[in-house]
Amino acid sequence: MIPIYSKIIEVIEETPSTRTFLFDVEFSDALPGQFAMVWVHGVDEVPMGISYKNGVTVQKVGDATSRMFELSEGDFMGLRGPFGNGFTLPSPNEKILIIAGGVGSAPLAPLAEEAKNIGADVDIFLGSRCRDELLFRDRFNKTGNLLIATDDGSEGKCGFVTDLLLDVDLGEYHRIHVCGPEIMMYRVFRILQDKNIHENAEFSMHRYFKCGIGVCGACCMDKLGLRVCRDGPVFNGKLLEDSEFGQYARGPTGGKYKF
Amino acid sequence: MNNMKVAGVNLKNPVILASGIMGTTGASLSRMAQSGAGGIVTKSIGPRPKKGHKNPSMVKLDFGYLNAMGLPNPSYSEFSEELRIAVEKSDVPVIASIFGGNAEEFVEVAEGLMGESPAAFELNVSCPHAEGYGASIGVDSCLVEAITAAVCHVVDVPVWVKLTPNVTDIVSVGQAAVDAGASAIVAINTVRGMAIDIYSGYPVLGNRFGGLSGDAIRPIAVKCVYDLYAALDVPIIGVGGISKWEDAIEMIMAGASAVEVGSAVYESINVLGDIARGIDTFLEDAGYSSVEEIVGLTHRRI
Ligand SMILES: Cc1cc2nc3c(=O)[nH]c(=O)nc-3n(C[C@H](O)[C@H](O)[C@H](O)COP(=O)(O)OP(=O)(O)OC[C@H]3O[C@@H](n4cnc5c(N)ncnc54)[C@H](O)[C@@H]3O)c2cc1C
Ligand SMILES: Cc1cc2nc3c(=O)[nH]c(=O)nc-3n(C[C@H](O)[C@H](O)[C@H](O)COP(=O)(O)O)c2cc1C
Ligand code: FES
Repeated sequence: MIPIYSKIIEVIEETPSTRTFLFDVEFSDALPGQFAMVWVHGVDEVPMGISYKNGVTVQKVGDATSRMFELSEGDFMGLRGPFGNGFTLPSPNEKILIIAGGVGSAPLAPLAEEAKNIGADVDIFLGSRCRDELLFRDRFNKTGNLLIATDDGSEGKCGFVTDLLLDVDLGEYHRIHVCGPEIMMYRVFRILQDKNIHENAEFSMHRYFKCGIGVCGACCMDKLGLRVCRDGPVFNGKLLEDSEFGQYARGPTGGKYKF
Repeated sequence: MNNMKVAGVNLKNPVILASGIMGTTGASLSRMAQSGAGGIVTKSIGPRPKKGHKNPSMVKLDFGYLNAMGLPNPSYSEFSEELRIAVEKSDVPVIASIFGGNAEEFVEVAEGLMGESPAAFELNVSCPHAEGYGASIGVDSCLVEAITAAVCHVVDVPVWVKLTPNVTDIVSVGQAAVDAGASAIVAINTVRGMAIDIYSGYPVLGNRFGGLSGDAIRPIAVKCVYDLYAALDVPIIGVGGISKWEDAIEMIMAGASAVEVGSAVYESINVLGDIARGIDTFLEDAGYSSVEEIVGLTHRRI
């Protein structure tokens, strides 16, 4: 499948650092947590969580994402997907917790919406640097009980989103879904592992993707050799035990860097 | 299936993981070993860290795959730890694929990885899309001969040489490698190719062009293996477009003593083990006693 030439039909400024791009092409069968490879012609092709059936939500960090921020309605990008495995969907009446940090909200907002449609009970812990950077707060507000933490205390609890975990009984959730910066996800993992309930949790991992389709091995995690692009990006906490999670990752050369 | 010795390497079965597929980490390599491979080849490793080309670096087409990874690798000094893990954690031989810009670099990398005891080295003189490396060397018999001789001189394990099909006469390049001491010829690497997105006008690969693999190149690989088998006195390892046991048998009948499988891992991570079992069943049903019996069989059907 070569990337589908897709027209941007709307650009939404979500926060000062993130924008949503909506396309004239839909991933109608995408499951929450799956990703697309987004090709910025002449620059690079990068993985992005599918945040709407026809859209991705992008934080500006480097070459490809900066170029995306120069594009507007009527411009084109290449899209392929949906790829990877998404989050486990709840059954009606199950209770789930969603923990989102920063742009980690992108794959989690569709999960919250889907879970609500199914009839599950959804709690959301949303964290960011500051009030302005809270991503998809309205979408989360409409789907469940939202608790907020900001690093600078400009909204909600002052501190990390993990601080919100201290005040609740985590055992009451059928499943916990996490996406955000690795250090934040790893803190959550450790808290859950201490209570021996990490098997109830799913983490959406990020690694450097080359092929994006499970062949080259660039995105593999130690020690099981799991491919984030194909076996993930969403992994059950059990699979991440005794892994490189929170310790190190590999960059474009395959060389390691520490968190 | 019984163990078999091919070109100085004790394979668990004749289906080997091709270079560049799940080959970046010790853990991914040993995962492939556990999934049923008879042997595993690492990603091609060079003298210095290389990031590789920009994405898209691999796309699936209707009839195969096009890729231009650009030989990304962390260099031999960082990869040696991965190789050690692969060797320790795999119950099948691990073959180190290496590349360089000249004989000195090949030797530097081989010596750098020798300490981790790979079962053999596979010299990548055949990558079609890395400027100054791979196929830019593999089209020149003299260079192939010099590099092969230099590596054979410094290592005490078998040296396999992997060829590019993007030449007028693959047999003469193979002959040069054998003359220099190669224990086996591996054929083929990907076939130079390109795809264009007609709506944007951009080439689909970040590197603009790359190498074709998968179904589309199997007849090309079969013919190369057939010709190499007829001309050379060393075992041929057949690679290119194998995704089913039937494809592997075809390659073996053309002259391959063993096969390598790459892109088909896209279909299933267990594909190598599936192919190995299929070969076994075929041999048994057809009344053959071993793989060896059908190596080059087609050459005897005249
Ligand atoms: C499964 C998955 C889902 C993601 N979802 C989102 C999302 O919904 N929204 C969002 O804003 N970001 C998401 N990311 C991160 C996003 O892919 C990177 O921010 C993006 O690739 C940066 O590209 P760049 O050219 O702007 O940055 P660069 O200048 O190229 O690099 C900056 C950093 O971006 C990351 N990066 C660059 N290229 C890749 C690549 N090919 N694969 C993985 N990481 C890369 C690296 O960590 C790098 O250090 C996701 C990543 C993964 C793996
Ligand atoms: C993603 C990818 C990466 C590859 N990397 C290498 C490499 O590093 N060294 C090498 O010798 N061949 C490399 N190859 C070529 C394969 O080893 C193999 O020769 C080729 O793909 C044909 O086999 P196939 O049709 O089974 O894939 C690569 C192929 C692919 C698809
Ligand atoms: S990026 Fe190639 S296997 Fe995941």
